Amino acid sequence: MSVTKDEVFQKVQAALVEALGVDEEEVTPQATMVGDLGAESIDFLDIVFKLEKSFGIEIPRKELSPEDILTNAEYVTDGKVTDAGIAELKRRMPFVDFSKFEADPQVRNFSNLLTVGDMCRYIETKVGAA
Amino acid sequence: MRWFWIDRFEQFIRGKRAVAIKAVAMSEEQIDGYSPGFPVMPPALIIEGMAQTAGLLIGEASGFEQRVVLAKVGKALFHFPARPGDVLRYSATVLDIKTDGAMAEITCHIGDRLQAEVEMMFAFLDDRFPAGPLFEPVDFVAMIRTFGMYDVGKTADGEPIELPPFYAEAERVAQAAYPPVGSPVAI
Repeated sequence: MSVTKDEVFQKVQAALVEALGVDEEEVTPQATMVGDLGAESIDFLDIVFKLEKSFGIEIPRKELSPEDILTNAEYVTDGKVTDAGIAELKRRMPFVDFSKFEADPQVRNFSNLLTVGDMCRYIETKVGAA
Repeated sequence: MRWFWIDRFEQFIRGKRAVAIKAVAMSEEQIDGYSPGFPVMPPALIIEGMAQTAGLLIGEASGFEQRVVLAKVGKALFHFPARPGDVLRYSATVLDIKTDGAMAEITCHIGDRLQAEVEMMFAFLDDRFPAGPLFEPVDFVAMIRTFGMYDVGKTADGEPIELPPFYAEAERVAQAAYPPVGSPVAI
């Protein structure tokens, strides 16, 4: 059974409201998970549990947390992600808009990159949303 | 005071479900200052007892290879206070176990009455944390034996569960240091 993009957003919104204790109105596609919604690292595990249950999918840890890339000396120089690193991130996370990050690709900026819209696009690829 | 917030397991089904009881007594320290004039069991310590029930259930499922810590309480509803003299029955059900954490729901009943409903998430400590078990193996074995985990513990197929080899060996070494019960001791 295929789901629509609206249904994906509604379920993602419900999961985030429950996991983060935020209001529905705060969960907009543009909202960043960490900066705007206050998600901490442990919340991502909770969110993954909820999304897996809600959509009946499996979310491998690496697909949403590319720590291995961000801690790999091959892809990081002086605290900045290299061009090769960005290419690798884009390959791993095609659902994320990296344009802002590319302007100042410091590793510490990565944690506040992911938006609600990115989460939805990720789920859409998993469930084949129309 | 020992940080044991359950008294014993009454049921333990590997990776699935556990029931533990906690008898609340007026003599316990936590009753003293929490709500003077109206002695109750602090809800935070009920949550701790639930976390111990569910956390041991989840840890045992991996042979205690995973270091399980309470990460988040997603939902906690308390319907009425638990008071000295009450026997709290914590029933923990595993909802999901993944590579980096687990979810469980736990209820507390006093008699037939539903006293509390809690959903909690556990994280497994990874290699960002110092290696090694969270507890001294011998102390840990003594604790879970005291809780009766291996008296009532079964697999989902009804077979008795056993201590993982690492902990069984720690127990054997510790016991070897003491003479058998009943043997004469030179003074």
